Amino acid sequence: MQVVFEQIINGLTIGSFYALIALGYSMVYGVLKLINFAHGDFFTLGSYLGYTLLVFGSAFITTHFGLWGGMVAAMLMAAMCLAFIGVLVERAAYRPIYPAGRLPAVVSALGASIVLQNAIMVIWGPRYQAYPAKLIPNIHLNIWGINITVLQIVILVLSFVLMGILYYIIQKTVFGAAIRATALDKDTASLMGINFNKVIFFIFTLGPALGAMTGVMVGMYYRQISFTMGWNYGLKAFTATILGGIGNLPGAMFGGLILGVLEMLGAAYISAAWKDVFVFMILILVLIFRPNGLFGEKIAEKV
Amino acid sequence: MEREKTGFFGSQQSLLFAIVGIFIIYPFFVSNYYIDVAFFFGIYALLGLSLNIVLGEVGLFDLGHAGFYAIGAYTTAILNTKLGIPILVLLPVSAIAAGIFAYIVCSPIIHLRGDYLCIVTIGMGEIVRLALINNPFDLTGGPNGVYGIDFPSFGGPFVIDSSIEYYFLIWIIVVLSIIGLIRLQNSRIGRAWNCIREDEVAAGSSGIDVKSYKLLAFVIGAALAGVAGNIYASKLMAVSPESFSFWESCMLFCIVLIGGMGSIPGILIGAAFISLFPEIFRPFAMYRMLVFGLVMILMMMFRPGGVWPRKRGGPEFVSLLSRMRKKDV
Repeated sequence: MQVVFEQIINGLTIGSFYALIALGYSMVYGVLKLINFAHGDFFTLGSYLGYTLLVFGSAFITTHFGLWGGMVAAMLMAAMCLAFIGVLVERAAYRPIYPAGRLPAVVSALGASIVLQNAIMVIWGPRYQAYPAKLIPNIHLNIWGINITVLQIVILVLSFVLMGILYYIIQKTVFGAAIRATALDKDTASLMGINFNKVIFFIFTLGPALGAMTGVMVGMYYRQISFTMGWNYGLKAFTATILGGIGNLPGAMFGGLILGVLEMLGAAYISAAWKDVFVFMILILVLIFRPNGLFGEKIAEKV
Repeated sequence: MEREKTGFFGSQQSLLFAIVGIFIIYPFFVSNYYIDVAFFFGIYALLGLSLNIVLGEVGLFDLGHAGFYAIGAYTTAILNTKLGIPILVLLPVSAIAAGIFAYIVCSPIIHLRGDYLCIVTIGMGEIVRLALINNPFDLTGGPNGVYGIDFPSFGGPFVIDSSIEYYFLIWIIVVLSIIGLIRLQNSRIGRAWNCIREDEVAAGSSGIDVKSYKLLAFVIGAALAGVAGNIYASKLMAVSPESFSFWESCMLFCIVLIGGMGSIPGILIGAAFISLFPEIFRPFAMYRMLVFGLVMILMMMFRPGGVWPRKRGGPEFVSLLSRMRKKDV
């Protein structure tokens, strides 16, 4: 029984990574109907920036912030950098291509992904980079026989707070209303005085910023990062987005958490080597029976 | 249909002959390395053509095409190394195996639309790759793959075992596929496919069996990818799972979109870009892929429909071929 709970907690931790990345995919998809392949690389870049900040600022961080403060500071700095880079990539690679339709934008997104990935490789080198161990809090807890690290709890809490903030922004603020309106119908939203470019600016700061924070958390959790990890996480997060129903933000969060838990339970009870097969099988089965995802609404086919 | 015209078509015909001529004499003037580069151009051209059936003709987002390619390659590899069946016999077998696999996998998901189909094909491709890594029934050799695959042999001394022979083998198959695909484009099936791509609902309401035609596209596309897998496996003499990653599927997707959806000359250009670019820019070393990504973005900015988009009413090659046939008579 303890193993089940441990695996569920591990799954939720990984799932919250997927969920946070998936939110970026889902926001972009909702507004632009574009699969932003570069999003996984925003996440990787965030992770590398966090790494650099921690390595070069380690003396400063340990004296002034303490371990947790350092983690949060690295996350915020990485998020700010990535918000800037996200907008930059959107301006350079996506904006000129919107009028041409959806498919050219997919190729452009793949191109942007290749550029970012190789830029990371050129800057930081092709080898794995290890997060500085002394800066990562390593405290194990034992609650009713369940092993859990404090870092895991912090990551979980932080992720849920971030998701909550995003949910609040999207559902309760004027900005969020503008995003939702644009996602529903771009032209009508523009006619109602919503500035389309501002909405895009907003989602391309918010999404990559969330991705960057996730990147720092992943670096803390797994201790090592590589320049290609964006593909793997991006793929899983995209899967989570579809699982929840594409363009549906709460769906993307739940999709990510469900995916993470399934993956960990699959690893524990089926086979570690087959866990990803298991995840994709579940995805395909879900889509066969619910073609619009778990929380997606049925959209009537337009004629 | 056939109009007698000289001038433009005439010059295009001579251009075609010139290109074919260059392709024939090219391998006699360059080193084996460059023949191999041209061989892989041929493999990508064949894969691009196979994905073009699904993505270009019918407009189905298939980002797991490397899965079909893998099925073809591993069918060849396993049957050849375990049972000793000759490669050329396995050529149709691989095609059929990939086709049957596509039929089984795609039947339940064919009703999915757009991006949902896209993610399911990604999932399918990943499942194939992960299954190959995990070595089911000790058949696929895990991450190391299968090695020791034979050369294709026509019996006796006629064995395809040098770069130049492989070069001609792949390009003959590419040319045969192109002729077949042009005929398919102009057939009832090709028109039905294009109709589905333009408007699925309208196609359905004018009596086209949308599901069967989509499935047919997947089966034919997968079979052609299986053929490519067969030749790839025997050329490299070994197959391993990382040749069939999601990245590979993405590159195939780019071949079709960079070239122009549904346009056969476009696909050849796209395949040339994807396979030759990294070779030409080898001096740039680690900046090579950086440039590659930038060029992809720039291409989509300036030619969003692809380098050689397909014109409505069929590509120019068709009129060219029909003209040539007429001259022969």
